[in-house]
Amino acid sequence: MPKITWVLDGGREISANVAVGHNLMEAAVANNVPDVIGECGGCLSCATCHVYVDPAWAAKTGKPGEMEDDMLEITTAERREMSRLSCQIIATEELDGLILHVPHI
Amino acid sequence: MAAPIILLGAGQASASCAAKLRALGYDGKLTIVGEEPAAPYQRPPLSKKYVSGELAVERLFIRPLSWYGEQQIDLRLESHAVALDPAAHLLTLADGSKLPYSKLLLATGSTPRSLPSEIGGRLGNVFTIRNLADADAIAPALKPGAKLLVIGGGYIGLEAAAVAAQKGLTVTVIEMAERILQRVAAAPTSDFFRALHQSHGVTIRESTGLAELLGADNRLTGARLKDGTIIPADLAIVGIGIIPNDALARDAGLAVEGGILVDGQCRTSDPDIFAAGDCAVFAWRGARTRLESVQNAIDQGEHAAACLLGAAPDYDPKPWFWSDQYDVKLQIAGLNRGYDSTVLRPGKRPLSQSIWYFQGDKLIAIDAMNDALAYALGKKALEAGRSPDRAALADPASDLKTVLA
Ligand SMILES: Cc1cc2nc3c(=O)[nH]c(=O)nc-3n(C[C@H](O)[C@H](O)[C@H](O)COP(=O)(O)OP(=O)(O)OC[C@H]3O[C@@H](n4cnc5c(N)ncnc54)[C@H](O)[C@@H]3O)c2cc1C
Ligand code: FES
Repeated sequence: MPKITWVLDGGREISANVAVGHNLMEAAVANNVPDVIGECGGCLSCATCHVYVDPAWAAKTGKPGEMEDDMLEITTAERREMSRLSCQIIATEELDGLILHVPHI
Repeated sequence: MAAPIILLGAGQASASCAAKLRALGYDGKLTIVGEEPAAPYQRPPLSKKYVSGELAVERLFIRPLSWYGEQQIDLRLESHAVALDPAAHLLTLADGSKLPYSKLLLATGSTPRSLPSEIGGRLGNVFTIRNLADADAIAPALKPGAKLLVIGGGYIGLEAAAVAAQKGLTVTVIEMAERILQRVAAAPTSDFFRALHQSHGVTIRESTGLAELLGADNRLTGARLKDGTIIPADLAIVGIGIIPNDALARDAGLAVEGGILVDGQCRTSDPDIFAAGDCAVFAWRGARTRLESVQNAIDQGEHAAACLLGAAPDYDPKPWFWSDQYDVKLQIAGLNRGYDSTVLRPGKRPLSQSIWYFQGDKLIAIDAMNDALAYALGKKALEAGRSPDRAALADPASDLKTVLA
């Protein structure tokens, strides 16, 4: 199970091992990561699962898909180059060690 | 010690309210009472990826079970409330126990309308979809080759039809109104989904009333329509709307009118009793409003938390909704109530388009099919109170960002 770390605004870190195949919004909610809400349950309709991928991991997480890219228009915190909707990032072994920065909303 | 705040109904609105109460610093006693055996879970997948078998039950829960302990929330499941005494501040459960509360949130949700038993509504293999238990009962009946009759062409019925058609069932949808989705969408949206379902082999029969369901040995065998036609069926899913769960409130003497009446503070006619979610009716933009959506359950649940602790500005929802059918994602922003015209904007991808609802010159809602940009930019424009020029909007060559600026 890959280990994922969420770095909150302010610096606190939360780490958890996430089952392969689960998306990182549901993993964040299951681990009480504040500010990752996931109102639509991961179906690309709310943008409340917005995170910034740590630049070191950009190649492994890849780019947002077309619909995700459009939905990034309505994030609460500002959209940046590393913005992703975490419900669209699926846990794989390759993501072991991944760091996600969570904007405060 | 002070009596707890009780949230009645262990669903979406209560879960959001509880989290918000703690986030706002309420550290007193907090109890959630719910009749279902499961901790609060998401209902939308019940007619989508859960009933199709793509999503395991563990992935439906809104919070992990451990969260309730960590947050010191007393989660009482399988506890059905049967009476409410506002004067004594007591909630009575089916086992006779009486729970004192300091303040109470009614978040009891709603119940699907069912067909009367005189016309076969109680036959075996006739289902509605509201709870996990309903979806668990339907899933095994979705066998390739079986004949499914969907009664009611609303979102839940159409989602179930899509799942079943993809599993190889023979599906017929009957809709009493002139067109599917009539209550919730404009004709172009109905046309889009009719064509989509037909392309997947589903038979859509509109302006078609049901006379009765037919059965033998308590099992469904088919349906007789008002025009006399008989449609054979192995199972039926009834999706003809919901009724807010307001009986407890009514019996307790609270004001109830097609739902539990609340003010902008989520407060009922009793100062210590609040309501939120599917069961609550409130005044919004000059009309009685009851929203049946995750957006409303979350936002009104959170709003109720603020109001339980003190005053807050009046609840002013920003409605949004979605539906998944086949490979089409429908996203809705705003509320189209009272629209007098629509503009259709073709999308850039196959099966993508958006319908923009206007009241006079004012944009009030959008239905976007496979067009997240239209949804996202439209939602932003709605929230900022901006209305685009219609001709520019209808022109597929125009740049949406410019049109909505
Ligand atoms: C199949 C389906 C698909 C849906 N799809 C979508 C969608 O795609 N998008 C969207 O936005 N919305 C969708 N919805 C609507 C959304 O799920 C509801 O609006 C939302 O769940 C309402 O939340 P609530 O807390 O008001 O009620 P609920 O989540 O229904 O919770 C109420 C709870 O209270 C319990 N209860 C009631 N009375 C009592 C009592 N007397 N004692 C104890 N417990 C009691 C009920 O058993 C229930 O568990 C869907 C709903 C269904 C059923
Ligand atoms: S959870 Fe809604 S878009 Fe990710």
